[in-house]
Amino acid sequence: MARMKFLCDEERCIECNACVTACKNEHEVPWGVNRRRVVTMDDGLPGEKSISVACMHCTDAPCQAVCPVDCFYTTDDGVVLHDKDMCIGCGYCLYACPFGAPQYPQEGAFGARGKMDKCTFCAGGPEEDHSHEELEKYGRNRLAEGKLPLCAEMCSTKSLLAGDGDIVSDIFRNRVIRREGEANTWGWNTAYKD
Amino acid sequence: MSTTSTLSRRKKMMAWTGVVMLMAIFLLPMTGYISTGFVTVAEEQQVQEQQTNPRSDYWRLVRENTKGYSAVKGRETNELIQASGQNWRQLRNGPIATYGSWLIGFTLAVLAVFYMWRGKVELSHPRTGQTIERWTLNERRMHWLTAGLFVILGITGTSLFYGRLVLIPIFGHNGFSAYAEIAKWTHNILGPAFVVALFSMIVAWFKNNFLNKIDLEWFKAFGGMIGDKHPSAEKLNGGEKMWFWALATIGVALCLTGLVLDFPNFDQEREIIQVSHLIHVITALVLIAFAFGHIYIGTIGTEGALEGMVTGQVDTAWAEQHHDLWAKSVIKKESDSH
Ligand code: HEM
Ligand code: SF4
Ligand code: SF4
Repeated sequence: MARMKFLCDEERCIECNACVTACKNEHEVPWGVNRRRVVTMDDGLPGEKSISVACMHCTDAPCQAVCPVDCFYTTDDGVVLHDKDMCIGCGYCLYACPFGAPQYPQEGAFGARGKMDKCTFCAGGPEEDHSHEELEKYGRNRLAEGKLPLCAEMCSTKSLLAGDGDIVSDIFRNRVIRREGEANTWGWNTAYKD
Repeated sequence: MSTTSTLSRRKKMMAWTGVVMLMAIFLLPMTGYISTGFVTVAEEQQVQEQQTNPRSDYWRLVRENTKGYSAVKGRETNELIQASGQNWRQLRNGPIATYGSWLIGFTLAVLAVFYMWRGKVELSHPRTGQTIERWTLNERRMHWLTAGLFVILGITGTSLFYGRLVLIPIFGHNGFSAYAEIAKWTHNILGPAFVVALFSMIVAWFKNNFLNKIDLEWFKAFGGMIGDKHPSAEKLNGGEKMWFWALATIGVALCLTGLVLDFPNFDQEREIIQVSHLIHVITALVLIAFAFGHIYIGTIGTEGALEGMVTGQVDTAWAEQHHDLWAKSVIKKESDSH
């Protein structure tokens, strides 16, 4: 089985935010929630770099470890998903996540949290594939259609790569060799142990 | 004739425009390579002049929770990696969960063993049938409100903390989740009510709780819990004062951190939330352990203690046994006024 991973090549990311927009549109993400975001370090200075980040679908996911209702599961593809019917919106997954991926639509006064929403690697959720419920709660299930995440598919510079971790790192390694750069697989040390 | 020639000229123009556009499409992006080519030459010179490697500086930035810029607006969206969440997770799921359960278990075990060994501390003299007022109606209302809220908050809070370990195996995932949803809301809404109740109790009873020499003697005699001596005590004995100060310190920390967790609308950052959460859970567990002791002494541990907080009146025999100095002063006041 493939082990799905995201990789953002910071030498290529041009901070166009197309991945952010594509994701938001594809999954009809709730108001106030962005499953993906682009962060620019040293903005406006020489050597500025941008990285697109969303849930990395970690090995032994920290979110999974702290969820009081134990509603996360990891698919055979290594994608970390959760069951919104069980989620109680406690916020613990956000406290634990290194990448700030979990987000909450506001429910009621004082910023009370609704059910958590995060990137699904375009793999839907626990509902039946392509069902109306799945679309409503988790967005589209592209993986079940044999497609890869839309953000990476439509990245114009192919900075953002998504797919089988081995293939992704092969592509990246080739790139790095050609440009005689350093291989910085951003976030991989934090997210992946396999 | 003329119409056909203009037509062909137009066609030619269109063809050329197409070619130019195609060339532009292929060539313009290449200007990127040209400029990066220049930049790398310039950069290389810079790198040789600099002592540190700018790339490693950059990666240090990303690891050290430095904020960048993000077009996606929101709480901490401009931060790439938030490192302290790892510590928070490990402390919560590891030592705090483990030692917390030991603390609670140990406390209950000690109380059980103590009860088997000592039994109820009974009245040493028969009841006189005369009672004196120990707690006013308002004081009792305040006590039971705080106590009730404490029990509810303690149960709902620990359900979130230990429920995955203890309750999911019993109720299943869906059953527990339905309960946990209610527990979360109950805890979040009653928390602020507890803050108000606890703070008014602290203010009302503050003046009764200064520790003094009498309390020191009381502690030296183990509060009369061990042996048959009856150390002197004022209205509140040394143990009760310690419970008060535990609530006035640990309890206040519990309340303040609870408020930080309860209102995410003030955009507090995750680091503050994580620290608050850890303090909240530790103080909660310590207070729960103390509360077990308090409840034990107030109910099955001491004959006649619960009456005081339920009816407000205590028998003079009880008062003289447990709070002799206070009993004397009350009885004196009463006889003076007659
Ligand atoms: C009797 C006092 C209290 C006890 C024993 C208590 C206990 C706990 C415990 C054990 C947790 C769960 C931690 C976890 O699952 O990791 C918790 C969470 C929490 N407590 Fe308390 N707590 C008390 C009072 C308060 C007060 C006074 C407030 C607020 C004003 C408060 C607000 C919260 C909040 C917001 C959470 C996070 C729960 C969530 O959002 O789902 N607590 N508490
Ligand atoms: S990135 Fe965050 S939400 Fe995604 S799997 Fe890792 S810890 Fe969980
Ligand atoms: S917010 Fe939902 S998914 Fe996240 S830890 Fe809490 S219950 Fe689990």
